[in-house]
Amino acid sequence: MIKRKNINKRAWFSSPYIIWVVGFTVIPMLVIFRYAFTAREGGFSIENVLALFDPIHFKALLFSLKIALGCTVICILLAYPMVLAMRRLNLGQRGFALFIVILPMWMNFILRILAWQMILSPNGILNFIVQKLGLQPLAIANTGTAVMIGVVYDYLLYMILPLFNAIAEIDEDILEAARDLGAESLTIFFRIILPLSLPGLLSGIVMVFVPSMTSFVISDILGGGKMQLIGNVIEQEFTKSANWNLGSGLSVTLMIFVLISMAFTMKNDVEGKKSAIW
Amino acid sequence: MRKRKNAVLLAVVLGAACVSLAGCGGKEKEKRELTVFNYGEYMDPDMIDQFTEETGIRIHYEEALTPEEMYTKYKSGAIEYDLLCTSDYMLQKLIEEGEFQKIDMDQLEYKNNIGERYWEFSKAFDPENAYTVPYFWGTVGILYDTTKTDGPVDSWDVLFNGKYAGEIVMQNSIRDTFMVALKYLGYSLNSDSEAELREAQELLLKQKPDVQAYLVDEARDEVVAGNATMAVVYSGEAYLGHQYNENLAYVVPKEGSNVWLDSWGVTKYCDDLDAAQQFLDFLCREDVAKKNFEYIYYSTPNEAVLASLSEEERADESLVPPDDATENCEVSVQMSQETTDLMDTLWKELKAD
Repeated sequence: MIKRKNINKRAWFSSPYIIWVVGFTVIPMLVIFRYAFTAREGGFSIENVLALFDPIHFKALLFSLKIALGCTVICILLAYPMVLAMRRLNLGQRGFALFIVILPMWMNFILRILAWQMILSPNGILNFIVQKLGLQPLAIANTGTAVMIGVVYDYLLYMILPLFNAIAEIDEDILEAARDLGAESLTIFFRIILPLSLPGLLSGIVMVFVPSMTSFVISDILGGGKMQLIGNVIEQEFTKSANWNLGSGLSVTLMIFVLISMAFTMKNDVEGKKSAIW
Repeated sequence: MRKRKNAVLLAVVLGAACVSLAGCGGKEKEKRELTVFNYGEYMDPDMIDQFTEETGIRIHYEEALTPEEMYTKYKSGAIEYDLLCTSDYMLQKLIEEGEFQKIDMDQLEYKNNIGERYWEFSKAFDPENAYTVPYFWGTVGILYDTTKTDGPVDSWDVLFNGKYAGEIVMQNSIRDTFMVALKYLGYSLNSDSEAELREAQELLLKQKPDVQAYLVDEARDEVVAGNATMAVVYSGEAYLGHQYNENLAYVVPKEGSNVWLDSWGVTKYCDDLDAAQQFLDFLCREDVAKKNFEYIYYSTPNEAVLASLSEEERADESLVPPDDATENCEVSVQMSQETTDLMDTLWKELKAD
């Protein structure tokens, strides 16, 4: 009886969080749903929710998927060697390596993307170096490549951290045993490290894939307004076209897409091991 | 939550009671206040203090970035703005929706400082000059680097003939970019003909590979930094660009362009029209208009200020557009919902290509 009372009391500690979530996540979400299922002239309508399948919007969605997939693959390819190298470090060095990885996050994300714009622009730092080396200047600014560089740069951390957590937990003895039994490095990677790091990999994929699919600021700044992701379309509907209903409708459908892809990842989770985010 | 609501209600009722009591107590003691809504960095902040010093009327100053943002904030009704400064087509929308009240222009001692020409421009959205007082104005044109162009730049043609492929920055704004194409094709920038708009879109689609980027505020910076040869910009931006890099020049193409006008209006929520009119009159006064002009450096419609400018400043076309430069120019007006939707779709198609 007393114990139960204590638990009830402690539940109150969560109230600030609950107020936060209700006020800033649940209620706005309901508002978005309301807008999504209302025609601009008023009255129920499903048109805005289905608008994602409109050819223009669908094209933007496909481009977003392309960017998100590319970004995820590149992040995986970059993160594995990085994390495997970090695994070999001693405790202090590991802390320092993590610190270096997280360091850029201390600066505002828009500023970092603007810095990339400076680096990639025709008269920018990159071309200055390239020309000093006597090579032809590169035209990366305002292309899909620039957007890809931006999203990879921005979301790589979210692949490294969960992956690092998963791989750091692997017992060295297991790897040694494998080596004793004559396993090659590649075999060790594919038969031991990869399966054991799968939970980290999956949460990394979710944390990279979802935001890179829905981002719009990076494509706006590094794509020079020429690259249209689905996020840019939604932004335009809200800020330029004043069509909140269509913007909300697209958001809701996109959210469903994201939820489906997340459910898919969760379902493929390995043997009951939850894919912990961090 | 329910309790909270009641508390708020109670506070509002009590507040209202206080106000009505104070009203009985005598009007002189009542503090006069105005809530003013303006674009960001669009007034010398010292002028707000000066106004309060001179008249005792307190100003609550609010800012927004774009006309659309202003409209959304205003319409949400969270704050009852008394005075609002926004752009031509948005003013028209607000007037048509009955959001503004008529200003007694005879009460404005200094309204004659505003040149006749600008009252004429205003008639595009305020036919009787009853609701709005011009504040700043300008044109849209091409800012270009004279060291990188060869031959004259006096036509929109330079953006479409492929000569400067990859060196062009267009505006990342639906109406401004369509304006360029429509004017180049010889149509009105307020065209609501689907055929003309589609023709303009076709032209812009053809131009897209030549466009380096679609930008808003950074358009000027790209030309200043030498990343682009030319950009479509607002005249005020062009003046500032010239300050950074003296090789830059600004031209309003001969086919005509957009003349934009930002003006003040008094909203229907304002219950102290006299105070609002004092504020508008204050803004028209020469010394105040000059301070604001020196703070913003957009073209001023205030002829008293223009007369006081140096020769050099007056010769700068981006600062003081000459009469013949605006000959073929038009003020943009609010489009019908149908046309707006069509332009939005055409714009998305352009961006998706």
